[in-house]
Amino acid sequence: MSNIMNVNDKLATFNDNFSDSADLTEVVGRSLWQDARIRLMRNKAAVVSMIILSIITLMAIFAPWLSSHPFDEVYWDFIQVPPNVAEGFWFGTDENGRDLFVRTLYGARVSLMVGLVATTVSLVIGVVYGAVAGYMGGRIDNIMMRFVDILYSLPFMFFVIILMVIFGRNIYLIFVALGAVEWLTMARIVRGQTLAVKKKEFVEAAHASGVSTTKIIFRHIIPNILGPVIVYMTLTIPQVILTESFLSFLGLGVQEPLTSWGVLISEGAKVMESAPWMLAFPATFLAITLFCFNFIGDGLRDALDPKDR
Amino acid sequence: MKIKQFKQLKAGLLAVSIALSGTLLTTPDNEALASGTLRIGNMGEPASLDPHFISGTWESGIVGNMFLGLTTEAADGTIIPGAAESWTVSDDGLVYKFMLRDHTWSDGKPVTAQDFKMALERILKPETAAGYASLLYTIKGAEEYNTGKAGPEALAVKAIDDSTLEITLSGPAPYFIAQLAHYTAYPVPSHKIEELGKNWAKDSNMVSNGAFTLSEWTPNAQIRLKRNPQFYDAANVSLDELVYYPQEDRSAVLKRVRAGEIDIQTDFASSDLKWLEKNMPDYVRIAPYLGVYYYPLNLDDDVLKDLRVRRALAMTIDRKILTEKVLRTGEVAAYSFVPPGTGDYGSSPEVSWKGMTQAERVAEAQKLMKQAGFDKSNAPTIRLSYNTSENHKKVAIAVAAMWKKALGVKTELFNTEVKVHYDNLKTRDFQAARAGWIADYNDPQNFLNLMESRNTSQNYANFNDNTFNDLMRKAELEADPVKRNDYMRQAEVIALNELPNIPIYHYVSKNLVSPKVDGWVDNASDIHRARYLSIK
Amino acid sequence: MFSYILKRLLTAVPTLLIIITIAFFMMRIAPGGPFDQERQLPPEIEANILKAYDLDKPVYEQYFIYLGKLLQFDFGPSYKFRDFSVTELILSGLPASFQIGGLAILLATFIGIGLGTLAALYQNQKTDYAIMGVAMTGIAVPNFVAAPILSLVFGVYLAWLPVAGWGDGAARNLVLPVISLALPQIAYIARLTRGSMIEVLHSNYIRTARAKGIRERLVVIRHAIKGALLPVVSYLGPAVAAVTTGSVVIESIYDIPGVGRYFVNAALNRDYPLVMGVVIFYATLILIMNLIVDVVYSFLDPKLRVSG
Repeated sequence: MSNIMNVNDKLATFNDNFSDSADLTEVVGRSLWQDARIRLMRNKAAVVSMIILSIITLMAIFAPWLSSHPFDEVYWDFIQVPPNVAEGFWFGTDENGRDLFVRTLYGARVSLMVGLVATTVSLVIGVVYGAVAGYMGGRIDNIMMRFVDILYSLPFMFFVIILMVIFGRNIYLIFVALGAVEWLTMARIVRGQTLAVKKKEFVEAAHASGVSTTKIIFRHIIPNILGPVIVYMTLTIPQVILTESFLSFLGLGVQEPLTSWGVLISEGAKVMESAPWMLAFPATFLAITLFCFNFIGDGLRDALDPKDR
Repeated sequence: MKIKQFKQLKAGLLAVSIALSGTLLTTPDNEALASGTLRIGNMGEPASLDPHFISGTWESGIVGNMFLGLTTEAADGTIIPGAAESWTVSDDGLVYKFMLRDHTWSDGKPVTAQDFKMALERILKPETAAGYASLLYTIKGAEEYNTGKAGPEALAVKAIDDSTLEITLSGPAPYFIAQLAHYTAYPVPSHKIEELGKNWAKDSNMVSNGAFTLSEWTPNAQIRLKRNPQFYDAANVSLDELVYYPQEDRSAVLKRVRAGEIDIQTDFASSDLKWLEKNMPDYVRIAPYLGVYYYPLNLDDDVLKDLRVRRALAMTIDRKILTEKVLRTGEVAAYSFVPPGTGDYGSSPEVSWKGMTQAERVAEAQKLMKQAGFDKSNAPTIRLSYNTSENHKKVAIAVAAMWKKALGVKTELFNTEVKVHYDNLKTRDFQAARAGWIADYNDPQNFLNLMESRNTSQNYANFNDNTFNDLMRKAELEADPVKRNDYMRQAEVIALNELPNIPIYHYVSKNLVSPKVDGWVDNASDIHRARYLSIK
Repeated sequence: MFSYILKRLLTAVPTLLIIITIAFFMMRIAPGGPFDQERQLPPEIEANILKAYDLDKPVYEQYFIYLGKLLQFDFGPSYKFRDFSVTELILSGLPASFQIGGLAILLATFIGIGLGTLAALYQNQKTDYAIMGVAMTGIAVPNFVAAPILSLVFGVYLAWLPVAGWGDGAARNLVLPVISLALPQIAYIARLTRGSMIEVLHSNYIRTARAKGIRERLVVIRHAIKGALLPVVSYLGPAVAAVTTGSVVIESIYDIPGVGRYFVNAALNRDYPLVMGVVIFYATLILIMNLIVDVVYSFLDPKLRVSG
């Protein structure tokens, strides 16, 4: 539980790291992004990671056409067999005689979806909340951030478990529930950034010329704080995927016959000696994916960090 | 130059980490366990050690070694005299008179008939809020007292003198003697409860009359029992100490058994069996167990209220594949509700289609579905609920596959955690669901009772068949065991025709017992009292 | 400074009250009750039990009853473990959790900062990649996989250490759980340290120190580490609270009698008072740790020194 819980705070420190980047954003304007892209493309680890991730994503999307076995078909004569190329069980089968290869790809669908949707939810809530708090300032800011602090002090796992229990095992609600918990750090980062951006001339100019608050927030503030937000996003995705796997370990994961890497890994961990393939394949996929996201995150951070230029 | 200096820093860090791990490793070991100590992987933290507040088999395993009921279990699980040396029964089978054995509590105070009377009054007292008190409703006045309709004086339990106890039943219940070995009927030391309140069942406070007494209970760490020198048969108890580890993770406990840290594991995962049979076959103990794994079908449901659909669903579950390929631990395919070998029931009645081959059953089932207005293209969707567990998941996936293949029935697998699952069953918010029953006492009534309409809390299917109910009533009032069994067999035939509950398999008990342990006898109740065990 | 701390402690009270309220009502919205189980209770008996715990009263009334008892520091009885009160359960779990969590966080801090510093100094060299690769593995392998592998290898195959068990806190029994708990923390701390160390090493004051001819080792130890520690310190605050309150995975795999399992099991068991107990306990710990972090922060970074 712990490693999942406290990661919320892992990047609370991003404010420090990025306080300078925001200063420069509006000065450099469009060229910053082009510049960043070039720098990112020069980062080999990040580029390779993006390629691998794309391959995994494509495999997940086209999973039904990549295997001769449906993901929920039960083969009574092939229960828990090791990888068997002749029969098309490239990754072996699980305890119900279902093909592990196609299930791993279906698991990728769910795990990547969880990562993306939950992160998007956390992004939307976090960015809007943080930007509003930061821009409004004063008492509103105080109250809003107080609320974030309170949620921070709730045991994260308890929060998620209760949400899962209340919503039942609806897969979409799992995404939303995870996102609803992950937005806290995002809100903090965004608020910090907003505080820095809001003092800039162009924001003050907009304010002086009577542009509405909503417009300022969405047109001027948010576009100018995207750098750290994107970096934090790439780190939230793996976090959410791991959280889902922990929930699966507790038996709160997605409903059968759907599966996720978390479900596959927790099933595999129980038979790691007698059926090591059940653990090895999904765990490898998970690990590679998490590595990729982190390399991309690091690459983005370096690319967007003006100091290294 | 820069690089060199940081090599030193690197070396320094390495040294720190090694030193840190070094201090951890060199600290002395905890004291080795003495040879007369049996270490048991208990697979669950007991909710309580007070016999009136428990309901699980893992609790009963511990508490049963500390207390001695009027009757108790032999090494093979059969019922033998316990705290009562002998007893007499009136001709109508209603009045039992018990002559107590001359024995004492572990603090030296004699165990008296009053202790038994006060224990029964305590568990039945409404304010005690004992979850399992209803098991004692066989005693006259028990239900009335427990539900607040009468005072304690209604309870027909009399301590005639210190060593004679008289109990009157509400109806002839031949299983009453077996029931008395159950923990709900254990005596409790009323003198200690008065003194210590709810703390009486903790650590060395605990006073008991069985072969062992509690010496330590650290929640989630261990429970230690030590030999009770006051036990009446102490001379024949070989073990000095029992240590229970409450760890639930079965694969983790298995590793401890392999490392020699635990001698007995009371459950293992069926997926481990293949490995176990190859690598430690002399540990594996699998025996038939008095329990049934079944799927109740909600009779209030529009689709499932049709008997033809229920029968088709029941027939298309290939129990041979399920037990031999999916479960693989010797579970017995169930064609009856009452497990074979229950009490003196003889062989249970079985479903009429047992004699068919699976192919014939599928053909017949398809015909039934057609009659009910379904074919493969417009087959109904059925939600199958189960609570979180690897085993339930495996069975549900397999059954769903069988239904889909044979009937085209689409199954929505619906997994919830245990609290939600049983809440849904209770409120009948389900179509098909997983349920199981392990016998409290060795009698068919304990199983068939699950389908009586007056059993509001466990008749999940909402089965309400007057003939069935009448037969069960008649059996309850019948003193002649042959006639009584006959009534119950007739009732079971009705249940197997109507199929409110689809029997799937009969349980087996799965234990790992170190070959060093002597005196272990596999039995259908899966009760293995430590007083009969010893270490080679 | 003192009045600042006092003020923070005072604002903690309403914060706690809100947390208690949220947790209390969330728990009651969840379907299933504490007494739903395979051995269903007859309705009359369930009524007896509900009455004994005041659960037959309306929820808002239960809420005020609970608050009233809290004022007397009575956290109520556990529904699941009927012989114990919530206070007893949490207190009995604390020593194990603190011992394992404390050691793990200590180990993680030292190794993590060390590795992170090394990686930063060798930025984009082999050492850096090797360290960060290992650190990433620590994050990418879920602990419900890492812990059984460790106990299989060191407990069963090599038989160097006990597979599981508490053994009253003997050092042998602590090694594997501490390592399992520390692994992901080492990874996080190393990454954090590396990031901020790189930044600090590029900053002006380090350049000045170097220009003054101060020896590189001293530059790092005296100046850079102190600056680079800020994010680590703010990470450590909540991390200490999280790690010392235990982990359900580590505790169930190594059979540790800690409080970590209650966070999950109490919620799954609908053991309302125990859930409330651990929520309050955790929130209090977090509030205290955050306060400590802020105070430490102000010492490390004079710019942020709080005005008293």
